[in-house]
Amino acid sequence: MTMPTETGYRSQAAALPVGTPRHHMVIFAVLLVVLLLAPAVLYPVFLMKVLCFALFASALNLLLGFGGLLSFGHAAFFGLSSYVAAYAAKSWGLNPEIAILLGVAAASVLGLAIGVLAIRRQGIYFAMVTLAFAQMVFFFALQAPFTGGEDGIQAVPRGRLFGLIDLSADLTLYFVVLAIVFGALLLIYRIIHSPFGQVLKAIRDNEPRSISLGYKVHRYKLAVFVMSAALAGLAGATKAIVFQLASLTDVYWTMSGEVVLMTLLGGMGTVFGPLVGAAAIVTMQNYFAGFGAWVTVLQGVIFVASVLLFREGIVGVLAKWLKKPL
Amino acid sequence: MFELLGIPPQALFGQLLLGLINGSFYALLSLGLAVIFGLLNIINFSHGAQYMMGAFVAWMLLTYTGINYWWALLIVPIVVGATGVVIERLMISRLYHLDHLYGLLLTFGLALIIQGLFRNQYGVSGLPYSIPAELSGGTNLGFMFLPNYRAWVVVASVVVCFATWFAIEKTRLGAYLRAATENPTLVGAFGINVPRMITLTYGFGVALAALAGVLAAPIYSVNPNMGADLIIVVFAVVVIGGMGSILGAILTGFGLGIVEGLTRVFYPEGSAVVIFVIMAIVLLVKPAGLFGRTP
Amino acid sequence: MKLKTLILASATSLLLAGTAMAQTAIKIGVLNDRSGVYADLSGEGSVIAARMAVEDFDAAGKGITVEIVSADHQNKPDVASNIARQWYDQDGVDLIVDVPTSSAAFAVNEITREKNKIFMNSGAGSADLTGAQCSPNTVHWTYDTWALAHGTGSAMVAEGFTKWFFITADYAFGQALEKDTTAVVTAAGGEVLGAVRHPFPGTDFSSYLLQAQASGAQVIGLANAGGDTVNTIKQAAEFGITQAGQALAGLLIFITDIHALGLETAQGLVLTESFYWDLNDQTRAWSERFAAQNDGNKPTMVQAGVYASVLHYLKAVEATGGKETEALMAAMKSTPTSDPLFGEGMIREDGRKVHDMYLFKVKSPAESTGPWDYYTLLATIPAAEAFRPLADGGCAFIAK
Repeated sequence: MTMPTETGYRSQAAALPVGTPRHHMVIFAVLLVVLLLAPAVLYPVFLMKVLCFALFASALNLLLGFGGLLSFGHAAFFGLSSYVAAYAAKSWGLNPEIAILLGVAAASVLGLAIGVLAIRRQGIYFAMVTLAFAQMVFFFALQAPFTGGEDGIQAVPRGRLFGLIDLSADLTLYFVVLAIVFGALLLIYRIIHSPFGQVLKAIRDNEPRSISLGYKVHRYKLAVFVMSAALAGLAGATKAIVFQLASLTDVYWTMSGEVVLMTLLGGMGTVFGPLVGAAAIVTMQNYFAGFGAWVTVLQGVIFVASVLLFREGIVGVLAKWLKKPL
Repeated sequence: MFELLGIPPQALFGQLLLGLINGSFYALLSLGLAVIFGLLNIINFSHGAQYMMGAFVAWMLLTYTGINYWWALLIVPIVVGATGVVIERLMISRLYHLDHLYGLLLTFGLALIIQGLFRNQYGVSGLPYSIPAELSGGTNLGFMFLPNYRAWVVVASVVVCFATWFAIEKTRLGAYLRAATENPTLVGAFGINVPRMITLTYGFGVALAALAGVLAAPIYSVNPNMGADLIIVVFAVVVIGGMGSILGAILTGFGLGIVEGLTRVFYPEGSAVVIFVIMAIVLLVKPAGLFGRTP
Repeated sequence: MKLKTLILASATSLLLAGTAMAQTAIKIGVLNDRSGVYADLSGEGSVIAARMAVEDFDAAGKGITVEIVSADHQNKPDVASNIARQWYDQDGVDLIVDVPTSSAAFAVNEITREKNKIFMNSGAGSADLTGAQCSPNTVHWTYDTWALAHGTGSAMVAEGFTKWFFITADYAFGQALEKDTTAVVTAAGGEVLGAVRHPFPGTDFSSYLLQAQASGAQVIGLANAGGDTVNTIKQAAEFGITQAGQALAGLLIFITDIHALGLETAQGLVLTESFYWDLNDQTRAWSERFAAQNDGNKPTMVQAGVYASVLHYLKAVEATGGKETEALMAAMKSTPTSDPLFGEGMIREDGRKVHDMYLFKVKSPAESTGPWDYYTLLATIPAAEAFRPLADGGCAFIAK
């Protein structure tokens, strides 16, 4: 792999320093403190849901915001992984950490298989191919004997972490989930700000130029696709352990749309945007659940408003205002 | 009596015919999508919702004002098409300078809004709309009983599809349209109001969806979710046919209807997914679709 | 909605504040489909039914304050489990009722067992709720797939319809329905010629109907539900299937489905239910009061089941003077049930509520006197035969 040679001609987005801006560290630290204290005020299960979706949206954002590839089939990785983790924990009685790792492995393999085929297409075609593959995964989840059809896999034991720590108490599990998600978010942050991430942004902004600079564009795209799939899988597997359930909702195409909405609302291509977007959407779904189909309407309105009025998303607008990348 | 693949030929003919009927809906819907994409470069995710609106407006006309099916065939596309014109003017027209993906996301949001509103108002159990008296009953073809209404759907769909293809590919108006998508500035310089033409094109695409909705109302129950799952299938049809190819959309629509019909006989559980499998294969082998120009 | 119940609840508690009685505060969660395909047969109607039970029992007068909350589970197990968990953990709900859609019911069944609360199901069909998945915390009130399959299956075979073909929704519930009915049909001397599994949900069933027609079966068993069943029946009429002499048997069909189909299309259909508003004077009187609050729509058996189960629960609360789960479950199972809608009955050890089932035939438009006059009673299946015998369920906690 050739390292980027500095030519002095770089796109605006790639102008982010390779290192870590100090204010990002401050935000991460504040976030961690807030999340550590949050269960004192809020229902831990709700918080865990927010965390899982924040990770899922961040995984999509890695692909969409930094790789410039809109996947409309990310539910496939999220869902498949949650099925695998649920099955491993329930039927094989494996420890939760092993179950989650198996889920991630399954999502990565699926990501590699779909990625190899999908990255050869661009733009809308890419979105369509991922959607088509996701429909096939949905079909598989509906048909395969181990997934339990529309019942899903229920009553998944939360088990004992490393065989030692009992996770059945919500609060204990919350800190474990927080550790997993926060670790994954830091990992995503590292990826974005690594030389690899810089090349990705260059490809996103001008693919022909990156090719002419000698980058193997397809390899970069495939790598980021698999990473994104694996992280989406991590979110799905964790969710399966938290809710003790893997169901068809997780693989259905509306789930893919939902996570795109979270990313768009929070701000594509920002570090913290997906977190904000996920928190906003999950909160809305949770507290407006009594309003029935109005939730759908509201989600639609948010979609339309985001596209028309603030394409940078909440965090993107904020970053512009503060004149600092967030 | 000989059998073909273990199926008596009568049954096979019957299934082929049924596939053709379903294909008529695919063709009409994918035609609308192809027109919109080919001329506006917008992926209209709300197409399914607009199809559903077509069925609902027909139902409302009958229930609240007593206007019958035949008038609905004329009025509904105009009404729903007009909402399309408003949507294009207010929202979509602001996105032409952006990536196609924003059009997809915007119309996805619109679809959620429309479906949510209808679900709130009418629930999801479905509303009845009877087959017009002139078309009730059916004909016994020997190998199957063909309801007259279904026969009418195929005829109507073929006529509309052919007329649209003819108008776009063979007439002067169509030539302007195609030219405007290639080079709007130049066509504008000839004194043609390009933005208005584009607005009307979107309206026309939406009207086609609404027409399909009216045709569907008597066969399927009028239901807020009727377009939600269909739209994904129709997307696949358009992609297989080649984005923006009018003829491709029509032929693929009918063709895939038949393929799906056959799957229902040989492997019914797979009938929901066969189109996506075909789409994946086509995209990998021939990225521009079966009839598409190379992008 | 939530606001309304809150106001109602606070109003009752205000009233009670004056009387110095021993107080038991109960919170009942009505969890069902409020926007989807089962919204008409459960939905707000079930909330009305629960409220009527509280009023008829005169809970306030007996020192029991009852608050009713409701939510929409969208027929999804994940949503159902979320809400149930939150209700038990956060909102202090003691009892969850209704829960149509078997997958959602299984989810609530699990959470209820884990949190040691009480679940009285009315809306879901799977017989596994009192079989393989049975729980000491669950009562299954209104019906189940075993009862429906037996009612409709054996009656049709007895009438001479021996050759069957199934159109089955390709999901666990549809397959269970097909399996149960197949067992009944073959046991009664009938024969199953074939089956076709369609993706769920479907829109076009004509292809499957033609396959059913080609099979030469006498009866087409519809092992699907909701909108799928309605569409299959409609299209069967359109393609002249019924006119050509094949009968349709709806294995899971409710009076609201008949209402949506219209008698012209639905006439002649044979089906099994555990309640019909026009059975006797008591059901008629109750249904009239219900309809007055429910936009004139008559109750379904599911809504009736919600009423009866809440009533029985409140009796147990009164008898035990508290809301301790084990005591309540023991009281509910040891006391025979008695209510105006299902008459006399009992709750079996495995949680199965046992009562008569009825076999109905849908009237023709000429026979019907108006809206909701839909059924002719063909036969009453006595309680002892209506449900799966206790020993055959394979319920784990019974065996011990």
